Amino acid sequence: MAENKITKLFTQDLVVINMGLESFAENLQAENTEVLQMNWKPPAGGNKQIAALLARLGR
Amino acid sequence: MKIDMEKANQEAASRILSSKPTLIDISTAGRAIPGMEKKKILHAGPPVTWERMCGPMRGAVIGGLMLEGLAGSREEAEKLAASGEITYEPCHHHGAVGPMAGVTTYSMPVWVLENKTFGNKSYCTLNEGLGKVLRYGAFAPEVIARLKWMADVLAPLLRAALHEHGELDMKAMISQALQMGDEGHNRNRAATSLVIRELAPYLVRLDEDREKIAKVLEFMNLNDHFFLNLSMPACKCTVDAAAGIEGSSVITTMARNGTDFGIRISGLGERWFTAPATMVDGLYLPGYKAEDAAPDIGDSVITETGGIGGFAMAAAPAIVKFVGGAPADAIRFTQSMYEITVTENDTYQIPALDFRGTPTAIDLVKVVETGILPAINTGIAHKEPGIGMVGAGLVKPPEKCFHDALEAFVEKYAP
Repeated sequence: MAENKITKLFTQDLVVINMGLESFAENLQAENTEVLQMNWKPPAGGNKQIAALLARLGR
Repeated sequence: MKIDMEKANQEAASRILSSKPTLIDISTAGRAIPGMEKKKILHAGPPVTWERMCGPMRGAVIGGLMLEGLAGSREEAEKLAASGEITYEPCHHHGAVGPMAGVTTYSMPVWVLENKTFGNKSYCTLNEGLGKVLRYGAFAPEVIARLKWMADVLAPLLRAALHEHGELDMKAMISQALQMGDEGHNRNRAATSLVIRELAPYLVRLDEDREKIAKVLEFMNLNDHFFLNLSMPACKCTVDAAAGIEGSSVITTMARNGTDFGIRISGLGERWFTAPATMVDGLYLPGYKAEDAAPDIGDSVITETGGIGGFAMAAAPAIVKFVGGAPADAIRFTQSMYEITVTENDTYQIPALDFRGTPTAIDLVKVVETGILPAINTGIAHKEPGIGMVGAGLVKPPEKCFHDALEAFVEKYAP
């Protein structure tokens, strides 16, 4: 069954949501694939010290 | 964590939304502002000493001392300013706000506003116009002469007209102006017109010289920024109502003195968090360039703190001709501000966004979490004292003061 699902995936159009590096989305767009680029960044831009402070506030 | 931050922020936002900023009088700084003294100068932004003041603020102090008759020349004024005889305090410590240098001296006329919901008051000088003006650091004889005319003619006539008219609801007026293409910080053309429309009949009925009345109307009409000095105290008495709420991370002050940018947080009392003021990215008047500019300066960012100004730029696409960018940028600025605010305004609405309320009550935690800094539009002063305005543009506040404030907030509420 699992094998069938994977095979099916390769035969249908891709539905892609990209988070993070925008170049992944751009490469797919260059191949005429529709991609939704999420406007997402890690909390505090990845600053670990600030992220730790936010965590103490339950964020 | 010791507190319910969500509940505290909802309370702060609710106080902002229920505030009713109202113009009740015109007085002088000496008479109206609590704690004002003849040798005290109020200025924009967080506290700053004469030694650390930027050029345009020094220029405005020099002009202020000359206006008060405390100095007869630039040299005398500079000597007195540095002597220790003059006390410098932020406008914000006195319920006041001042655009650009924000210099407010004893005899200057001030608008007096009251938040009718909470009873707190706010104060702001009257707007001088653009270009070579005191708030941008100019102090030439014509600058001082204009300020004297404003104290001797403009303010008394407007006061008399206002008393005949009765109090003016600033919230209703700002709300109308946003429907007419203003955003309340660097575009105030509609609101200025609305004030003229309200007061003109009462001005012309005054038992005063017709030419004097005509000059007052002409002065207001020629200055599209006239209403700025009303939108600012309107936002000041509005946001002040949200100060001092235990557990709230809502930003209740953003202000700059040309040296430092500073913020204060509702749940952290009167404490300032500062970082060096940043440079403005803008459009320059003919003959000036980026090298001439002083860093970001002024209390006018109280408008953004109150949910208008840069936060309402989608309402004012024409502003991009003054501050740079394209109308799509103006819409984008407003849209991104919803990411860092607690609520949407129930009175200030943006036609181009299907009358969505402006993003209101900036949450420090959301700013730090998303890395989206408040969108601010602003004027640009020349870096040297005595010159004046050189342009206008957009500016990003320094991230550091938000990080420092968050650290203090966590220390207090989640030790």
